[in-house]
Amino acid sequence: MEYKKSDNFSYRRKVKELKNGNLKVFYYDMLRIRLVEEKIAEIYPEQEMRCPVHLSVGQEATAVGVCNALNKSDFALSTHRSHAHYLAKGGDLKAMISELYGKETGCCGGKGGSMHLVDPTIGFYAVPIVGSTIPIGVGIGLGFNMQNKSQVSVAFFGDAATEEGVFSESLNYAALYKLPVIFICENNLYSVYSPLSVRQPAERNLIKIAEAHGVEAYKCDGNDVVAVYNATKKAVEKARVGDGPSLLELSTYRFYEHCGTNFDNHLGYRTEEEFNSWKAKDPLKMLAKKLIGDDYFNQEIQEMTNIINLEIDDAFAFAKSAPYPEEASLYTHLYAK
Amino acid sequence: MERIIKYSKALSEAIDLCMAKDDTVYIMGLGVPDPSGFFGTTIGLQEKYGKMRAMDMPTSENGMTGVAIGSALTGMRPIMAHHRMEFALLATEQIINQAANWHYMFGGKSSMPLVIRMFIGRGWGQGPQHAQSLQAMFAHIPGLKVVMPATPYDAKGLMISAIEDNNPVIFLEHRWLHNISGNVPEDIYRIPIGKANIARYGSNVTIVAFSYMVIEALFAAKVLEKLGIDAEVIDLRSIRPLDVNSILESVKKTGHLVVADQAWKTGGIAGEIIALTCEEAFGFLKAKPVRITLPDFPSPSSPGLTRYYHPRAINIINSVLKMLGKTEKTEEELDIVQKSPLDIPNKEFKGPF
Repeated sequence: MEYKKSDNFSYRRKVKELKNGNLKVFYYDMLRIRLVEEKIAEIYPEQEMRCPVHLSVGQEATAVGVCNALNKSDFALSTHRSHAHYLAKGGDLKAMISELYGKETGCCGGKGGSMHLVDPTIGFYAVPIVGSTIPIGVGIGLGFNMQNKSQVSVAFFGDAATEEGVFSESLNYAALYKLPVIFICENNLYSVYSPLSVRQPAERNLIKIAEAHGVEAYKCDGNDVVAVYNATKKAVEKARVGDGPSLLELSTYRFYEHCGTNFDNHLGYRTEEEFNSWKAKDPLKMLAKKLIGDDYFNQEIQEMTNIINLEIDDAFAFAKSAPYPEEASLYTHLYAK
Repeated sequence: MERIIKYSKALSEAIDLCMAKDDTVYIMGLGVPDPSGFFGTTIGLQEKYGKMRAMDMPTSENGMTGVAIGSALTGMRPIMAHHRMEFALLATEQIINQAANWHYMFGGKSSMPLVIRMFIGRGWGQGPQHAQSLQAMFAHIPGLKVVMPATPYDAKGLMISAIEDNNPVIFLEHRWLHNISGNVPEDIYRIPIGKANIARYGSNVTIVAFSYMVIEALFAAKVLEKLGIDAEVIDLRSIRPLDVNSILESVKKTGHLVVADQAWKTGGIAGEIIALTCEEAFGFLKAKPVRITLPDFPSPSSPGLTRYYHPRAINIINSVLKMLGKTEKTEEELDIVQKSPLDIPNKEFKGPF
């Protein structure tokens, strides 16, 4: 089998036509993110990707479930942990890997690094200040509203961002003008090493906080991609017809350390037991269970893995061989024309 | 024919003209549709353009700045307004991390047209948190543009340029300027951002000023003229980008430099201008350059203290006299003692805000 350069979409279309096609597209998208992240983890020790990386392994279902419910013209804002969101929204893999390598072919030409993945053609922007993207996501909703467009805006953020003042400011304003915004809280229980228990009172209820602002809110298993997709679809349909914002709290878990490519359970901030309980709920495994009885699935996984690996090898080879940006580009893009 | 209007009216005209011309321009701020209309700068806009384009907003400075940024990503051109510079400090996260970095950090793929108006208070006892002049903070940040017009003419022309600019522009308005009057053409015209104006030509000394201090500098120049000293006054209009050439050209001619800044001395724009001059035109200086600034202390409330706190024309005059080896004078000797109280710009200003 030969990989068609820079295009995973034709293969993805093929997957969609298979029996259980929608589920298999979810699987393909999640597997692609997983394999990209694992490849980064594998060769990060070469020290050629000289920027911090926040891997999304374990959290693929939130990205894939949400983004599959969006159109290309919808916008999505993400955080420091943005690889999965970028890829799920349709970001170019070569541009992403090149950016991690600091190369001129990167999506920011080497000026952003892993925490600033961007592609305006698919409405995707990531910035790493916790909470900062939430009001920007709301503003995109305002812009759509002002121009009578039917696009929607998604703001991805973590549980820690809900502790920022700007989170409440954003809920309040989005509700005030019934803006087409979907707030996606990926609750992975930790802000770096700090667990929820040292940050929020046990009785704090995010759903009630959102509802108190007039934002419809639902809790959902963030490792169940189908549940995430269905919940998002509903919120998107509501937003698209002008019925206002929604918030989804998606419970999930990152498998790697906060920043970097190691496993860090030995540090003691989370238990092996907790880690294993989440490993048992691995989003890929959970989706595979839904496909038990599909005789061809295991064979298809193998084919998916092969084609994804070809794409990944191609992207890494491209990034590695690309040049660093020229010195002169340090002084470009200070101001837009 | 001259058309004399107030600085505040010049600003509302500029915003009105831009909104009429371009549907994507909108203004928001807490109190934009107030009866007082942001000290007269937004009067009538909501009646004309509706609640969405002349928008009141929740008291969420940081969040709403993010909202403005987000809307710009969909093609809108937001203007954000704050009654005081201090309120905008709550939004520095969005302004500095996001707006300023936006174009550069995304490799030029996205731009950020955004005007943020902030008012610098002064007088009537406004004190430590309603009368700070924090322009140096913003001018320090690459990616921002910072303008501080001193005249109604420049206010209108710079506002139009700021709205049409595809970058975040911090637009700083000193409260004591809103009520001054001057000649302002009726139509659209633009003052380029980053270009100074020679407000008065002279040959003996260069006085660089911006915003309210231009008024004091021009008054000082008038008094100096009577003493036989011909001062050139440069109104910077923008402090980032800085029009270094205009400053250097003038200093090369006069050999003497005084910089009047209504902010603190340490880490300020006055120091920056003197450093640049020393780097680029040291050999032309015939005397040590001088900074006229606030003392490095917070902004007090009492008129008993503010009279010593804010520098005025006499400070500029004496720095020039000293620099030229002449005897310093008092306001009494020069017959320039201000008859009205020093904590208000004019008799019409009766507080409380």
